[in-house]
Amino acid sequence: MMTRPLLDVHDLRVTFRIRREGAMPWAAPLPLHAVSGVDFTLDPGETLGVVGESGCGKSTLARALIGLVPAAGRAEWIDGRDLIGLSPRQMMTYRSDIQMVFQDPLASLNPRMTVGQIIAEPLKTHRPGLKSAEVKERVKAMMEKVGLLPNQINRYPHEFSGGQCQRIGIARALIVEPKLIICDEPVSALDVSIQAQVINLLIRLQRELGLALIFIAHDLSVVKHISDRVMVLYLGKVMEIGTTDDLFADPQHPYTQALLSAVPVPDPDYDPAATVVPLAGDLPSPMSPPSGCVFRTRCPRAQPVCARQVPALLGDAHQTACHFPGPLSDEEIARARAVRAA
Amino acid sequence: MALLELHDLSVRFATNDGEVQAVNEVSLSIDAGETLGIVGESGSGKSQLSFAVMGLLARNGRASGRVVFDGQDILNARAKVLNHIRAEKIAMIFQDPMTSLNPYMRVADQMAEVLMLHKGMGKRQAVAEAVQMLDAVRIPDAKGRVRLYPHEFSGGMRQRVMIAMALLCRPQLLIADEPTTALDVTVQAQIMTLLADLQREFGMAMVLITHDLGVVAGSCERVAVMYGGRIRETGPVGPLFHDPAHPYTQGLLAAIPRIDQQGDTLSVIPGAPPNMTHPPAGCAFEPRCPYRRADCASLRPPLEDFAPARARACFAPLADVRAHRHNARLDDLETGTRAPSRDEPVPRAALAGAGMAGTPSKVDE
Repeated sequence: MMTRPLLDVHDLRVTFRIRREGAMPWAAPLPLHAVSGVDFTLDPGETLGVVGESGCGKSTLARALIGLVPAAGRAEWIDGRDLIGLSPRQMMTYRSDIQMVFQDPLASLNPRMTVGQIIAEPLKTHRPGLKSAEVKERVKAMMEKVGLLPNQINRYPHEFSGGQCQRIGIARALIVEPKLIICDEPVSALDVSIQAQVINLLIRLQRELGLALIFIAHDLSVVKHISDRVMVLYLGKVMEIGTTDDLFADPQHPYTQALLSAVPVPDPDYDPAATVVPLAGDLPSPMSPPSGCVFRTRCPRAQPVCARQVPALLGDAHQTACHFPGPLSDEEIARARAVRAA
Repeated sequence: MALLELHDLSVRFATNDGEVQAVNEVSLSIDAGETLGIVGESGSGKSQLSFAVMGLLARNGRASGRVVFDGQDILNARAKVLNHIRAEKIAMIFQDPMTSLNPYMRVADQMAEVLMLHKGMGKRQAVAEAVQMLDAVRIPDAKGRVRLYPHEFSGGMRQRVMIAMALLCRPQLLIADEPTTALDVTVQAQIMTLLADLQREFGMAMVLITHDLGVVAGSCERVAVMYGGRIRETGPVGPLFHDPAHPYTQGLLAAIPRIDQQGDTLSVIPGAPPNMTHPPAGCAFEPRCPYRRADCASLRPPLEDFAPARARACFAPLADVRAHRHNARLDDLETGTRAPSRDEPVPRAALAGAGMAGTPSKVDE
């Protein structure tokens, strides 16, 4: 690659220590690997979609990157600095480069602050030299940019609808001119008709400002729409990562295939049997993940080798962590049809 | 003969901010064995509609109109009458299985309670029946798991327990209120397949209430689209999705990103849903509608049949609505942009009152 990536993440790990229910108070807490060895790169101006079921470590990954939970591994910023393990003071200089937009729009805004104060807060922290008139000017310009009326600057969050609150959250993230915004399920709390407004806003702002986005969502259709590349997580591990077109048109990992086939399509004539058998069972407990490939307990292609050996993430642009990667075979499709018909 | 008929069902809530008109003059019918989808955004009144049918409205809620189940008017009926119908004839499953199951009771006990109460069974027989039903909803090791508490199940399994519990008395009608919204896609697919299988097995009718058009497309025969407490369009699922006749249905279908299609910019329904404390005098969708005409703000369009089994509530000529959609499609294909007429900004005055608490909202793009 010619240019240096904005963010180069290597073997990122987040481990929580959990005390087992009913355990004796002196028993050592057990490790829970929420994110276990994630690698990816992110170019400037690129959008990386992160998908997976709940409990797969999507949000923990985001929190680790901005230093909200302790992590191990490397996350190299474009200037060569490793973001993992920085002291809060050192992290401060990077906080204005990496901003975050949260899921619940109303809960992430302080109800006792006006919209103007909320949006200005990052500026006051990161650009302490600015005059208050200048701050106000910038806040108003930013409100206009995200589709809010500048004369609403003195209103409180409860006076806005969910979609507008999310716009306030986006304005707050953008005001310090970050290079990367991490969006953690930014539209999943919004109604369908409002979702489209916010997605379009994010796409437009990203193009105008040359932002990189890490877009975390459980809704694959939304991720497909907004992302350049997509990363599929399962129990804290990367299953597959590739460009959006490749990954959606030609998924190699059985988990990605199952995930894609489970998405409901708003077309009554759509034939889901053309894809794959729905996954059986639930996510295994992350406290005791399966040996070898973590997906093997639900995988239609599982073989004895899957229990022994952890599959490596292989490939160039389109990487897959599977011992038996590849498109669906005719036999698998036939079996899917048989199961659906029964 | 229709199994359940609603005639002019309205639901009002008395609140400190005034009367909320949650559901307005809704008429619907469901035949035995049929699956009806009710689609709408939050606040469209779809859940309150089902609560009214079941007699589960909050204390400040009042329902009027008629709800006829199997020839009997059950709206606002006495608890004694309703208790005979609830669970035995009409059962309901709710969105959040954790808050709908009793956390203090073992699954066996809460399931057995239903049968002991409604069928007069003994405890032992009731538990055996419960285990059988848990088997039917494909819970592995039902016999062992029936002794567990709800928190010991995962989200998908809890929803299965809810479904099993609802089916214990073999109801003729199952009302499912957002049964998969709290679940992951893979689990959602499992639950929807299960519901379809069980429906066939037990031959019951189902009302599926959801905001997800994808779920409706995959499982319903007929759809009713609600907005602002009223039905805007009804029809069989195929024609409704392929040829939406109401601007709201059309906008909704165009605004969802789809996994089976390529696309760049999503078309947008500008503005926000109406505040039902102060509903607009005319059509509630008027402030956001691209086909808005002079009368729309003051007159309320009635729900009228326009084709066999299809009805819509809109003043815009059907030909206009259809032509626009066609043009928008062509534009999408050729230039990747939206139809020019949709780019026209909605006049700001038209949006007053559309935002929460009368906040004027600005339309982007």
